[in-house]
Amino acid sequence: MLFSRVNFQIAFAHLLNRRRQSLVSVLGVALGVGFFIGTSSLMQGSENDFVSRLVDSQPHITVKDEFREPARQPLFTIFQEGAVALKGVKPREYLRGIKNYKGKLEQLEAIEGVIAAPGLSGASIVRYGGEERNVSILGIDPDVEPRLTTIEEDMREGSLDALKTTADGIVIGKGLSDRLHLNMGDLASVIAPSGNVVLMKVVGIFRAGNILLDEGQAYVLLKDAQVLFNKPNIADRLRIKLPDPNTALEFSRQLEQRWDYKAESWQEVNEDILGLFVVRNAILYSIVSAIMIVASFGIFNIISTVVMEKRRDIAILMSMGFRARDIRAIFLIQGFVVGIIGMLTGWGVGIGLISTLASIEFDVEGLIDAQGFPLDYGFTQFVIAGIFALASAVLAAWLPAHRASQVRPVDIIRGAA
Amino acid sequence: MEPAIETRHVTRILQEAVPVTLVKDINLKIAPGEFVSVTGPSGSGKSSLLYLLGLLDVPTEGEVLIDGQSTAGLERAELAALRLEKLGFVFQFHFLLPEFSVAQNVMLPMQRLGRLSEKEIKERAAELLDYFEIGEQGTKRPDQLSGGQRQRVAIARALANNPKIILADEPTGNLDTKNSDIVRDIFVRLARDEGMTVVAVTHDTDFADAADRNVHLVDGMVARS
Repeated sequence: MLFSRVNFQIAFAHLLNRRRQSLVSVLGVALGVGFFIGTSSLMQGSENDFVSRLVDSQPHITVKDEFREPARQPLFTIFQEGAVALKGVKPREYLRGIKNYKGKLEQLEAIEGVIAAPGLSGASIVRYGGEERNVSILGIDPDVEPRLTTIEEDMREGSLDALKTTADGIVIGKGLSDRLHLNMGDLASVIAPSGNVVLMKVVGIFRAGNILLDEGQAYVLLKDAQVLFNKPNIADRLRIKLPDPNTALEFSRQLEQRWDYKAESWQEVNEDILGLFVVRNAILYSIVSAIMIVASFGIFNIISTVVMEKRRDIAILMSMGFRARDIRAIFLIQGFVVGIIGMLTGWGVGIGLISTLASIEFDVEGLIDAQGFPLDYGFTQFVIAGIFALASAVLAAWLPAHRASQVRPVDIIRGAA
Repeated sequence: MEPAIETRHVTRILQEAVPVTLVKDINLKIAPGEFVSVTGPSGSGKSSLLYLLGLLDVPTEGEVLIDGQSTAGLERAELAALRLEKLGFVFQFHFLLPEFSVAQNVMLPMQRLGRLSEKEIKERAAELLDYFEIGEQGTKRPDQLSGGQRQRVAIARALANNPKIILADEPTGNLDTKNSDIVRDIFVRLARDEGMTVVAVTHDTDFADAADRNVHLVDGMVARS
């Protein structure tokens, strides 16, 4: 009964009677909603784009031949409470690498949907035509690599598969190729810290869009890497792809617990970037809240004005037998209607903004390549914006509506007579 | 027979910096179908008394009974429900809602009560307007009507829910002689023919004389009844 037809009729009559102001407050809400949808689609889109690049371009988990805790000296284990100092300890030189990596690989591959491959990485210098660059070399398995990373999609010339057919083949980035004028088929000297020098033939050039990779990363066969770095039959990392990237954090913890080796999930590696997104979202939502607050001031304003102007009508409605809560409902309905229409119009504005943004194309080269805005057409933004709009509209209407319901008809009628 | 309206020691004091006594110790019994005029000099508490009878205001002391039912201690919403069903108000100014057509204004109290279907409400509004010979004005806005016509619409609205009691505050105060006569005749007809209880505050001596009984207030107290 509270939102009875007659209350709606009166609310609509009030709004229609002040068409221009109603329109302005609807527009206020609509712009708030529209810009929210536009910007959040942009923000969410770029976040998703970035995260999916992160997730797709790298293995989800990398198990390395490192330990989080340095090995404890036995002395400290024996004298746990003692005041013991140890000086001049020289770390034992041991052959690095993951022990029994083949057995571990089998364990991993036994799990449904998990892809894993061994890798051996090391620093090296690539020399060609008198120029040198530091390059990180990664020994890979070209059969598994395309399923672990997006490297194959980034190939501009040649292929990963050529590594299998060419002795001492190497795949380099476009950046390195440009710097050293090193092209397909050229032979470059690759110098390892161990002193090994191997002449390698460029069989592929990739461009990941990430300068660090394009200038500083090269791929060779695992076997070739083992020869180059003098580490026969050794892999220093296991690179793992999971069916669901979101389980990476949990899975990496389990692996670390089981094998002791440091297992880094993509979330851990990119913690700082993911943290940035949280800050960015917080900024977005505070800006949008500010827009909505301004819009709700508009609503507050128009409904307060109506209430002031309609005091006499309110008094007469009350004398007729309208209850205080009917009066409150009448004005709340007005806020609600402005909110609803504003929300719907705002959705239209949002869709318009998104499609305009989507039609803009540009090329940015930098840490990450982009062609046009990455957008997210998620339904969630529409819902969030809608809830925001309705809530602020009803809240803005509440105060004047409540004041209207507190009108004492006698005061008004006595004053008017 | 139960009085339509009864007041028992009704006093209303406005609690301001200096308390103002609007009416003091009013004891009235108004029979069903009785036409009572309330007169008195300005500031004698006529309108205040009417608002108390109409449950728009609540007495500081004493109680108002409608149809033998005490209204003391009722919630605002309960008072509103009583007004909706049993009371009809007519004021000096018509107080029609400007956004609504004449017919819609008459329909509002019925829609609030929600006892009739929308179709029946429309029919009753048309009948009421016909009764006051303004049937053809139903689709117009209140500001397109003359003062006398507007006051008749206001009376039609007061009668919409077929109340037992009509309370009028200077209903002819804003009208010329001709329209005053028409409105006065309407009130007489409502009391005589329709058996309604009418209480009307007035300055108009013709109007007061047309009533069955006159209550004269001086300084918030009944001087003559």
